[in-house]
Amino acid sequence: MPAVQETIDKVKAIDVDQYKYGFVTDIESEKGAKGLSEETVRFLSAKKNEPEWMTEWRLDALRRFQQMEEPEWARVSYPKIDFDDLYYWAAPKSVEGPKSLDEVDPELLATYEKLGIPLSEQEILAGVEPKNRVAVDAVFDSVSVVTTFKEELKKAGVIFCSISEALREYPDLVRKYLGSVVPVTDNFYATLNSAVFSDGSFVYIPEGVRCPMELSTYFRINEQNTGQFERTLIIAEKGSYVSYLEGCTAPQRDENQLHAAVVELVALDDAEIKYSTVQNWFPGDKNGKGGIYNFVTKRGDCRGKNSKISWTQVETGSAITWKYPSCILRGENSRGEFYSIAVSNGYQQVDSGTKMIHLGKNTSSRIISKGISAGRSQNTYRGLVSAHRKASNARNFTQCDSLLVGQDCGAHTVPYIESKNASAQFEHEATTSKISDDQMFYCQQRGLSDEEAVALIVNGFVKDVIQQLPMEFAVEAQKLISISLEGSVG
Amino acid sequence: MLEIKNLHARVADEDTEILRGVNLTVNTGEVHAIMGPNGSGKSTLSYILAGRDSYEVTEGEVLFNGENMLEMAPDERAAAGMFLAFQYPIEIPGVATMEFLKTAMNAQRKARGEDVLSIPDFMRRVKAAAAHLNVSMDMLKRPLNVGFSGGEKKRAEILQMSLLEPKLCVLDETDSGLDIDALRIVSEGVNKLRSPERAMVVITHYQRLLDHIVPDVVHVLSKGRIVKTGDKSLALELEEKGYADYIDTAA
Ligand SMILES: Nc1ncnc2c1ncn2[C@@H]1O[C@H](COP(=O)(O)OP(=O)(O)OP(=O)(O)O)[C@@H](O)[C@H]1O
Ligand SMILES: [Mg+2]
Repeated sequence: MPAVQETIDKVKAIDVDQYKYGFVTDIESEKGAKGLSEETVRFLSAKKNEPEWMTEWRLDALRRFQQMEEPEWARVSYPKIDFDDLYYWAAPKSVEGPKSLDEVDPELLATYEKLGIPLSEQEILAGVEPKNRVAVDAVFDSVSVVTTFKEELKKAGVIFCSISEALREYPDLVRKYLGSVVPVTDNFYATLNSAVFSDGSFVYIPEGVRCPMELSTYFRINEQNTGQFERTLIIAEKGSYVSYLEGCTAPQRDENQLHAAVVELVALDDAEIKYSTVQNWFPGDKNGKGGIYNFVTKRGDCRGKNSKISWTQVETGSAITWKYPSCILRGENSRGEFYSIAVSNGYQQVDSGTKMIHLGKNTSSRIISKGISAGRSQNTYRGLVSAHRKASNARNFTQCDSLLVGQDCGAHTVPYIESKNASAQFEHEATTSKISDDQMFYCQQRGLSDEEAVALIVNGFVKDVIQQLPMEFAVEAQKLISISLEGSVG
Repeated sequence: MLEIKNLHARVADEDTEILRGVNLTVNTGEVHAIMGPNGSGKSTLSYILAGRDSYEVTEGEVLFNGENMLEMAPDERAAAGMFLAFQYPIEIPGVATMEFLKTAMNAQRKARGEDVLSIPDFMRRVKAAAAHLNVSMDMLKRPLNVGFSGGEKKRAEILQMSLLEPKLCVLDETDSGLDIDALRIVSEGVNKLRSPERAMVVITHYQRLLDHIVPDVVHVLSKGRIVKTGDKSLALELEEKGYADYIDTAA
């Protein structure tokens, strides 16, 4: 049937990279010297007016990094990264330090507006109820350009600012917790980040406070040949609650760019942290050229009894994703959750999952992972669930579902389970399915185009996870997934 | 409305012909019944009308309101008003029936250059159609066809048909799996859609459906050809004597 073939050809011709965020902001920027050295680290630290101990902490990390080997166990392949060929500091010239909104360079405000990020304290995300306000920390290349709603949050006792500002204003708090969840030498990329992290967000929720609004950080890489190394630290004191969301995009460039972040969460007694990510770094073009290498260490410490940390992630971007948001379930009765949607298309490579480390009594965890592979991509779920000797009655439920779109992609599931306590109960379920021709034809017969049919079926597949996202981002996430899969059928 | 001329078809990449010269004309406002032994090609004909690409048309043509239907993609045919109620409806996990209905209705509207439905307008339509077919709100919230009983699946098909308001309705064994009450409810639903602007092709094995949906014309399909055409009395005759008389002539 010629007409059908024509549609298929048309769909095939659409580029995989329907990437809507690939533009570059033309802004004068200041860069540090190229290369990774003690000098680079000192330059960075001085730029930020950091306390002496912080400079030392970084230098110590650098020395350790120089003795480490790049890990090779993940199912990803890429040419070796030349760390001396990167810039570690790039900042818009107009930014001297976090400012109030009316002082921010209009060019920057326009950039965020184009990305759909509300950098204003009156306006709200399109289509969102006015009551759901979102405070945003906007990080552009190596610096935070502005943080909204800071004053209002302060009234509730909540600290929300860039980590650079926190190092100056609240050094004792930072010093107490930084590196306490992800130690300096935790892994290759975390050590690198410890040496050269440039900016990121800091959140402190005091005892008994329920954070009055959604907090979010928006990361944008703009400069060329620049690594982005952000560092986020969130502390929830006893009985407090916070919901936090991060988003990321980068311009479309031919060369690969490195992003190596560290996120640390600390939840004390009865506290709860809900951390959501919508990751949409540039994935590379349809031939696999360019894209972000995303090597991220995210870990939450349920330090107090009855504490709870949940990670929800929607990963659609990056050429390579290497990311395992984890929970250390130390406090009695603490609970960890991981909800993930990882979409890969084109030549993207995803190796992602979680670690649930049960240390305390009666700890529980839940993992729901939905992997969707299309094009020529490879999508691996890698997860560890472990119970230590004292973790009596530890419970875990894991469900790992993979959906394949097309013939040339791969889905892999690598679960590790370790139990040193006989009373631990771990359950693991895994499925792999394909979008069937029957399903496609049925949807098309009802009037859906190829792409609408794939989007509908995929959205059905990921529904359990979408429901975990803050309402105002669920719709966006669904759209993003559909866009990421454009061109995947035929 | 529908003209099928000398249609030959086979499963793509296979040699055996399934349809071996089907001729059929269905005028606007008419209801045609197609009967015939198992494996005679009834579902194949309905799939080809809907544009399933696992079948290959080797000869002949199909005109839908004068247009060459074989050159249209399945979703274009749907937007143009072709609806197939499947013999075996497909499950779509995680997609609420309600959401599916909205997506389908709006996809067709968009393709025809019409505005998408407002939520209240959509809800009003769904509620009315669901009430007629005895489909509960609860069922509309469940993922489409997942865990539906045989009868529920068939009712969901007719629900979709009444909401999409097609011009040409092809019903493939909609009666199978229905209990006596459901058969009546579904038939009433189908009869409500009978109109001078619409044509229907009802594929069935049993006269009892045709008691409710009374056809204007009855055809017997055997071994990929229409071997006999008559009025509604033909169905009664078949019920009594079986296909023996016609199978031989088709050989
Ligand atoms: N995809 C396919 N691959 C192989 N053979 C097929 C395929 N589709 C149909 N056939 C064959 O074509 C013939 C006609 O099948 P079809 O389903 O159209 O019959 P039918 O008249 O609808 O039968 P029933 O009354 O049992 O529903 C059968 O012999 C069937 O096995
Ligand atoms: Mg059949």
